[in-house]
Amino acid sequence: MAIKKFAVAAYDDEAVLFPAVRKVRKNGFKIHDVYTPFAVHGLDEAMGLKSTDLHIAGFIYGLCGTSTAVGFISWIFTSDWPINYGGKPHFALPAWIPITFELTVLFAAVGMTLTFCYLNQIMPGVKKHVFHPRQSDDMFVMAIELNSQTPENEVIEFLKNTGAKETSVQIAEAGWWYGRWDKKEPYESLSAI
Amino acid sequence: MHIKYESFVREPLVDGNKDYHQVSEDIIGPIEGKPGRMWYVGFFFSIILLLYGIFSVGWAVYWGLGTWGVNRTVGWGWDITNFVWWIGIGHAGTLISAILLLFRQGWRTGVNRAAEAMTIFAVMCAGQFPIWHMGRVWDGFWVLPLPNSRGPLWPNFDSPLLWDVFAISTYFTVSLLFWYSGLLPDFALIRDRAKTKLRKMLYGLASFGWTGTAKNWQRMEALALVLAGLSTPLVLSVHTIVSFDFATSVIPGWHTTIFPPYFVAGAVFSGFAMVNTLLVLTRKILHLEEYITIGHLEAMNKIIVLTGSIVGVAYLTELFISWYSQSWGEMAAFQWRIMGPYWWSYWAMMTCNVVSPQLFWFKKLRRNIPFTFVMSIVVNIGMWFERFVIIVTSTYRDWVPGSWSYYSPTWPEVGFYLGTFGLFFTCYFLFAKYFPVIAVAEIKFVLKTSGDNYKRGMEYIEAKSAEEFLDEVHASHDDHDAAH
Repeated sequence: MAIKKFAVAAYDDEAVLFPAVRKVRKNGFKIHDVYTPFAVHGLDEAMGLKSTDLHIAGFIYGLCGTSTAVGFISWIFTSDWPINYGGKPHFALPAWIPITFELTVLFAAVGMTLTFCYLNQIMPGVKKHVFHPRQSDDMFVMAIELNSQTPENEVIEFLKNTGAKETSVQIAEAGWWYGRWDKKEPYESLSAI
Repeated sequence: MHIKYESFVREPLVDGNKDYHQVSEDIIGPIEGKPGRMWYVGFFFSIILLLYGIFSVGWAVYWGLGTWGVNRTVGWGWDITNFVWWIGIGHAGTLISAILLLFRQGWRTGVNRAAEAMTIFAVMCAGQFPIWHMGRVWDGFWVLPLPNSRGPLWPNFDSPLLWDVFAISTYFTVSLLFWYSGLLPDFALIRDRAKTKLRKMLYGLASFGWTGTAKNWQRMEALALVLAGLSTPLVLSVHTIVSFDFATSVIPGWHTTIFPPYFVAGAVFSGFAMVNTLLVLTRKILHLEEYITIGHLEAMNKIIVLTGSIVGVAYLTELFISWYSQSWGEMAAFQWRIMGPYWWSYWAMMTCNVVSPQLFWFKKLRRNIPFTFVMSIVVNIGMWFERFVIIVTSTYRDWVPGSWSYYSPTWPEVGFYLGTFGLFFTCYFLFAKYFPVIAVAEIKFVLKTSGDNYKRGMEYIEAKSAEEFLDEVHASHDDHDAAH
C-alpha cells in the first residue's frame, strides 16, 4: 500500500487512446494503469502486458475435480462400502462418468473464478481509487505515476498533446484497501507526500 | 486507420443514435428512478403467488405427501413434470451466453444478461420439486455424500437420480458465477454514477471493487471464454442426465436411447420461448426496444422453429420405434398415449410443439411481436404437456391391469406449481429493478461495429468496390506494422 502522485489523462475515444499509450511508453513514462468502461481489444498488447495464464489454472482445477470424483467414488464403491447393485461390478467406471464430468466442471469454474478475484484483487468490501467518475461509463483513463524525474507540468502538457479531453494531477492510494464506497477515502486527509 | 466495418447485410444490434454515455443512461436510468405502477402490481401478484406456494408446500410437508394426487402406479405427477419443465427453461440462458459466445454471435449481447438471470431463477424453481418430493425434507442432506454415523453409508453413485443432484447443483453454481462475473463491471458503473449514499455503498459492495484496468479486462475475457467452454458441454449434460432419470428405467415409453438429444432440444425450445415471453415484456416496460430489437426476437424465433422441428422428429421417431420393436408393451404404451384416457395431453403437446411453431417459417410472423409473445406461451404450454405425457402416460397403465389408475393433481400440487411462478417472477421483478437487464459493457463493445448510427457512417465503404476496400485495409495494416 502506498500513497502516490499521478498524472491522469481521460480520453473519449479508444482510437485516440491507442496512439497515446504508445507515445507515453515511448517517452519512458511509467503507466500505472489504463481504465476502460469495456474490454478494449489490443490494449493489453499496446501497454506491453503479458497474456494471462488464468486458463491454465482452470485446467489444473479441472484435473483436480476429475481425480477427486474418480478417486472418491472408486474408494467408496470398491473398499469402504462395496454394495452389490443388481450384480453390477463394484468398479463401474462408465456409470461414474456423469458425476466425474460435473465435478471437473465445478472445480474448474469455481477455482478459476476465485483465482480471477484473487489476481484482480476484487472482493466484497474492497475499495480502490477511481481516477475518473466516468471511467466505467464513456471515458478511457490513463494514470501515469509521477516521480522526481517527471515534473507534473511537463507530463500534463505531454498528455494534452496526445489528445486527452481532461487532465489532472491526483494524490491517491495505488493499491486496494477495505472500505465503504460511500465514505471518504482515507488518503484524502493526508497532505504530505 | 482502424476500420470497424460490418456488412450492411447484418441488421444493426443497437438502433437509434447512441454513444457510450447514452447506452449507460438508457440501461442504468431505470435502476436509478422509481419503478412504474406496472412493476408494483406485478411484484405484488408474484409475492401473493409465492406465499400461496409456501402455504401449499407447508401443507404437504405437515400432512405428508398423501395430500398429493400421486399414487402407487403414478409415483411422479405434477412435481416431476414441473421439475423437468423448469429445468428445461433454465437451458436457454447458458445456451445464449455460452454457446453463442463460442459461435461469435453478436446478437447475444442484447439478451444474454436477462436470459442468464432467467436460467438461474428457473433452476431455483426446478430444484424445489425434487427437494419437497422427498417428503421427509429434513433428511434431504442424505443425498449428499457426507460422512455419517450410518456406516458411513454413501449414496448410490451409479444412480441417475444422484447424477441429477450433481448435475443441477453444478449447473446452478456455474451459471451463477458466469452471470455474476459479467455483472461486476456494470455494478461498478452504477456505483460510479450513484448520487445517493446507500446506492453507492450497496453497489460498491456488489461490484467487488472493480475498476476496469487493462489487466482486469484481459482476465475477464479469459474467464468468460473458459466458462463458456465449460458451460457448453455442461448445459448439454444437465438435460441429458435428467433424461437418464427416465431412460435408464425399464418402463415402456421411457426406456429409449433417443431421450438425451430429444430432451436437450426440447429444453432449448422451451427456454427460448420463455426468454421471448420475458423480453417482449421487459423491452416494452423498460423502454429498451433499441437494444432488444425485432432482429433479436427473430433470431430466437428461428431457434424455436429449429428446435421445435427436432422435437417433432423425435416424437415421430418414438412412434416408429415402438412399432418397429414389435414389443407389445411398447406398442400399447404409445397407443394409450395417443388414444387412451389422456389423449388430450398428447394432442395438446403435438399441436403446441410441432404444428404451431411451423408458422415461424414465415418471416412476417417471426418479426411480429404480439404473435411472438403468444407463440412463446403456446410453446411453453406444449412443453409442459410433453413432460406430463412422458411422466404420467407412461406409468398410469403398468404391467398388471389390476393396478391401472388415473392421476389428477390435488390443490397442494397445483399450489406448489403456482408458488414456483411466484418465486420466479419475484426474483425477476427484483432483477429488472435493481440489476442492469442488458450487459452494458458488452453492448459498448459491439456498439461501434453494430450500432445503427455507426453503421450508417460506413456507407462510404459500402460504396467502394471490393478491390479498393482490400487495398485500403492492406495499406492501413502496413502503417500499423510500421508504427511498431
